[in-house]
Amino acid sequence: MNETGDKTNDTQPCCCSCSSAPQSSCDCGAEEEILSPPVIRDTGGSLTWADRFDHGAARWGYRRMHHRVPPGLYRLGSPSPDAPVFASANYTLSFDALRSSLAGTDCFILVLDTKGINVWCAAGKGTFGTDELVRRIAVTRLGEVVRHRTVIVPQLGAPGIAAHEVLKRSGFRVQYGPVRASDLPAYLATGVATPPMRRIGFPLRDRIVLIPVELVQALPLTLLAAVLLGVFIDGLAALRVIAAVGAGTVLFPALLPVLPTKDFTTKGLFLGVLAMLPFAATDLSAPAAGIAPYLQAAAGLLLFPAVTAYLALNFTGCTPYTSRSGVRREIFRYTRVLAGMALGGIALAAILGITLVVNG
Amino acid sequence: MAFDSYTENTLRYFPERCVNCGKCSSVCPHAVFAAGDERALLSRWESCMECGACMKNCPVQAIEVESGVGCAQAMIHAALTGGEETCGCCGEEEGGSDGACCSGWE
Repeated sequence: MNETGDKTNDTQPCCCSCSSAPQSSCDCGAEEEILSPPVIRDTGGSLTWADRFDHGAARWGYRRMHHRVPPGLYRLGSPSPDAPVFASANYTLSFDALRSSLAGTDCFILVLDTKGINVWCAAGKGTFGTDELVRRIAVTRLGEVVRHRTVIVPQLGAPGIAAHEVLKRSGFRVQYGPVRASDLPAYLATGVATPPMRRIGFPLRDRIVLIPVELVQALPLTLLAAVLLGVFIDGLAALRVIAAVGAGTVLFPALLPVLPTKDFTTKGLFLGVLAMLPFAATDLSAPAAGIAPYLQAAAGLLLFPAVTAYLALNFTGCTPYTSRSGVRREIFRYTRVLAGMALGGIALAAILGITLVVNG
Repeated sequence: MAFDSYTENTLRYFPERCVNCGKCSSVCPHAVFAAGDERALLSRWESCMECGACMKNCPVQAIEVESGVGCAQAMIHAALTGGEETCGCCGEEEGGSDGACCSGWE
């Protein structure tokens, strides 16, 4: 699926083409590629409307694997052989964040082949890694283009890069730049990344931009459930599922730091119960007699918060601070509880349906 | 403090091996390591997210951590399919579930 979108494959007859399975060593391919003349593409520091449209599409998950730039060496402005070299991923959002932050700086950008994935995720997977950096330095003959031997790598690429190995294998020294590209001008001015530049936060803006993809991802199943509930039960039931999913995909990312409790699942349960309270109040104020209103309220309070909590648990992967062992502990601790709540809610709803039928 | 969901992790530091190169404190985005006079200081252990950047960049193996991605979607996907721990959001050829994680981050 990637071949058509990747414009560089035809110019890179590599024995260990990185479009196949990842391989531990990629040294063999470099020799062959070095025979072709090195290509340096031109780029600029200003973003066009087309770029911004592409970013919007990426944020909404539209053709998510197609937001790519060809890997290789790029020239920004008119860099001299002493100009700095910055490494980036071949994902348009990563590359564009870098080049727009470097507007007005004459430099080179070395784009690694990360399969259209951002620096952070690609570093975690190893595609933004030591092998690919060493290989890309060789393929672009960076050593002949610049006089110095330093590559500035984004700090969030560090999980994939062993700086001392890169030095040993390529002769290039890895210098870790700041976490955010927007801090690059200050970093270049002083040559130092200050402690705040080295820290990653998760401010509201960074959380909000994740909402569209969360929504798009949950939409098909949510609409199906809403239609089914609307047809077979009532409009209020359809609204419940929409409220539960909305709480998990929109409110949860926005409110994450102010929600009580520590675990994501319990934060999600809290939010899910809050979202269901108005519905429970409506149930209980209904004129119907007997236990029916109570059954309905209880069913709603069991089933739908479990949905919100599950969505909240799945948001762990979108944050820059959850550890693997912590997430694993949460999964073991709560998945049975959530499943039990959902099944309990469905069982109560079934009992409610039966009593309604029996009572005519 | 808002972003402190987990306080236990697998990070282990062996200060006796440290050569004080300063790499760990410069790659950690949560300031888990701080620069010290003679060796790196493990100052905010509980904030580690197990990304593995410090271990990868330590030239003397003074740091050990079971690194991986803290993503429930990936782990549940792995548990259900018996496959790799991936949410599929990051360009797995075979697809898988789509995650929002890869729409950001520089």
